[in-house]
Amino acid sequence: MSSDVILEMRHITKTFPGVKALDDVNFAVQQGEIHALCGENGAGKSTLMKVLSGVYPSGTYDGEIHYMGELRKFQGIKDSEELGIIIIHQELALIPMLSITENIFLGNEIVEHGVINWAKASKRTQELLAKVGLKDPPSTLITDIGVGKQQLVEIAKALSKKVKLLILDEPTASLNETDSNALLDLLLEFKKQGLTSIIISHKLNEISRVADKITVLRDGSTVETLDCHAETISEARIIKGMVGREISDRFPKRVPKIGETIFEVRNWNAFHPLHGDRQIAKNINLKVKRGEVVGIAGLMGAGRTEFAMSVFGHSYGQRITGEVLLNGKPVDTSTVSKAIDAGLAYVTEDRKQLGLILINSVMHNITLANHKGIAKNLVIDEFIERKTATEYREKLRIRTPNVYQTVGNLSGGNQQKVVLAKWLFANPDVLILDEPTRGIDVGAKYEIYTIVNDLVAAGKAVIFISSEMPELLGTCDRIYVMNEGAIAAEMPIAEASQENIMRAIMRSGEKV
Amino acid sequence: MSTNNAPTADKQSQQSIAVFLRQNVREYGLLIALVVIMVFFQVVTGGVLFKPVNLTNLVLQNSFVVIMALGMLLVIVAGHIDLSVGSIVAIIGAVAAVMMVNYKVDPWTTSIVSLALGAVIGGAQGYWVAYHRVPAFIVTLAGMLIFRGLTLWFLGGMNIGPFPVEFQKLSTGFLPDLIDMGELHSTSLLLTLAIPLALLWSAWRARKLNESHGIEVEPFPFFAIQNGILVAVMLYLGYQLSTYKGFPNILVIMGVLIIFYSFVTTRTTVGRRIYALGGNEKATKLSGIDTARLSFYTFVNMGFLAALAGLIVAARLNSCTPKAGTGFELDVIAACFIGGASTTGGVGKITGAVVGAFIMGVLNNGMSIMGLGIDFQQMVKGAVLLAAVVFDLYNKNKG
Repeated sequence: MSSDVILEMRHITKTFPGVKALDDVNFAVQQGEIHALCGENGAGKSTLMKVLSGVYPSGTYDGEIHYMGELRKFQGIKDSEELGIIIIHQELALIPMLSITENIFLGNEIVEHGVINWAKASKRTQELLAKVGLKDPPSTLITDIGVGKQQLVEIAKALSKKVKLLILDEPTASLNETDSNALLDLLLEFKKQGLTSIIISHKLNEISRVADKITVLRDGSTVETLDCHAETISEARIIKGMVGREISDRFPKRVPKIGETIFEVRNWNAFHPLHGDRQIAKNINLKVKRGEVVGIAGLMGAGRTEFAMSVFGHSYGQRITGEVLLNGKPVDTSTVSKAIDAGLAYVTEDRKQLGLILINSVMHNITLANHKGIAKNLVIDEFIERKTATEYREKLRIRTPNVYQTVGNLSGGNQQKVVLAKWLFANPDVLILDEPTRGIDVGAKYEIYTIVNDLVAAGKAVIFISSEMPELLGTCDRIYVMNEGAIAAEMPIAEASQENIMRAIMRSGEKV
Repeated sequence: MSTNNAPTADKQSQQSIAVFLRQNVREYGLLIALVVIMVFFQVVTGGVLFKPVNLTNLVLQNSFVVIMALGMLLVIVAGHIDLSVGSIVAIIGAVAAVMMVNYKVDPWTTSIVSLALGAVIGGAQGYWVAYHRVPAFIVTLAGMLIFRGLTLWFLGGMNIGPFPVEFQKLSTGFLPDLIDMGELHSTSLLLTLAIPLALLWSAWRARKLNESHGIEVEPFPFFAIQNGILVAVMLYLGYQLSTYKGFPNILVIMGVLIIFYSFVTTRTTVGRRIYALGGNEKATKLSGIDTARLSFYTFVNMGFLAALAGLIVAARLNSCTPKAGTGFELDVIAACFIGGASTTGGVGKITGAVVGAFIMGVLNNGMSIMGLGIDFQQMVKGAVLLAAVVFDLYNKNKG
């Protein structure tokens, strides 16, 4: 390519234990363009950016990074930042109890004779804030401004570091439409001034609005790079690139035997635990039948996890209203133990934080949710416990030398199987799985789908929450689409496709 | 697991001994440390440490630390801390003294009321920790000040005593001598023989039972050596005590409590849940366990045991003073951490805390006999605490 290529990443391959996150990825960015990076969750977008910024230092991946005409070997973020590569992460890295000025110059303070010159810093902050169109005084605490403004502060911070290549990871994920538009306009404005940016986003309408080029990643490989000026790129075109893979035998076959309705949620409403005016579940109605796998599709932040947790023991949210019915009878699920007794189980999205006691053994974790099953009058029968744990270890093929192994030492896939074993032992009628295959390799995924199939074959019901649409299409009998806390659509598997799901999400977004 | 590995069995058993040692380095390290410290002081003090009188003293001096360490271990494993136990000791002593001396209430009623009051005090603190999520450090720091202040106010700076003889026996009494055997205390001698035998039998039975279920057991030489040493030490100490006045009452109470809490922590669902709570509270809650109630009750239990310690201290001094129990919380907490409890919760053993308490006790006692002042004693105890925790962290990082 010509000399105006600012960044070229060649043949980047990055492996984690058991998973190839990036496989021979090529990625080139021209000086002064806005380049969008698209792909499903887990396609490798964030990993690629972490390789670029030095979070994964040179040597931990294969391939070459050429930036401003030279081969670069970044050892850490500091190296890449010095050359003007700045990443703004999805989870903002601002310190809430510090002021805007303090945040912008954190680690980069304006120092004279060993003392910070706050007057100068404050003046400089004002200039930076003017550039991003923020009128708040520099002494405002971060905690006192909204997410949209925080995003702008991040950009001002990037500008203070003499940014040449700005990378935004899902910048609008938590913004409302007005703030999103303002941010995108700002990016276009900076482009006129010659700034190059890379934007990672799920929101395809935004991408088609600002991007000059679009690179699509899928399963850790580059699929294609589309030039938005050479042809008109429709959203459907991007989706096709993102999800274009064949769904062959990545999913075990199952002949559905669907019975009567076993689980039903009626008029479910819940509000955010801290921001009481934000509704996280909006009048949700949902039905699951015996022997059925029902998927809940949606983008990150659609409110699926929040909904599931609010149902399961009111574990999330406040002012929860609505009805839960099991086998046609209303049940109380207001505490986790009541929900379990009623026949519900919920496999959490975040297995390390919410699913497992990492410092305890496989055996103790498996039996944690059902002590009644291993104890008589509070006294644990060690032999029954061991027998139980060993059975599940064999049944789910948990790869561990013995059940006394500390769970923290197992691989992600095996940890996930331990969480599953825990809930299977609790013997629920309805099992809610929240992103059960996140971060685990293809083989373990297959085994987890098999477990799901076995469960429904035994007459139970499964609610499958996943951000990976092929997974939902491959395992479910029916799919609900959720967006912004509400059910946006319901479709039987025959009518469901990735395009349809995406369309449902976007349409519901437009309505709001 | 496989059966056709007879030729390599020898090598395997050697390997398994090495693996076993590495896995259990913490526990054995602790016991070995206690033994080394004891032998050291035995030599340095010219044999005074193991004299029957001194052994009896050692038990009497440390009983309340051991008893409170049992409760503190649960609190620490649950991920909390309790700084107020020293003040609870003081206020319970004061209440018991006023009841018995000023109001002539009988010792039994007094004890029951005092223990109940301790549980209530613990519950009052646990309420804020468990149901309002105020950090335990803050709540119990406040409790420490409040209950110390209350004691001072209640007693008006005075000491109250002496107590009825019946009450003093709690701390100064010995088991009754059933048969007259002259120099030797018969009941204690009997127990000295019976307890190790019972222990050996139950250890052997557990081992056989495990084997029959196909569970891996520790290598036999280990089993033999470990239990052999344990029995020998028990026989020796028991015999020494029997040549003096026999087993102190307090030793029996302590022994029963240690066995009870070991059982609770290792064999019951309640114990299991406390470890889970300390390991990951959110995951435990999402597994259907009422974590708030569990936290609450660990504090109730701590208050109860601190009250028992308060009675023991009062009975031992035969008077209550406003300053009773000052600094106890630090000894008790140190015992738990020396015994291998983790500051972040979820890890710790009753036996560890007990051995930790005795390490502190022997250090105190030995250095006192040597004539070292409290200044030096504190420095040494501080160093031991730091060394024990550094050793733990080093082990964890290596493993």
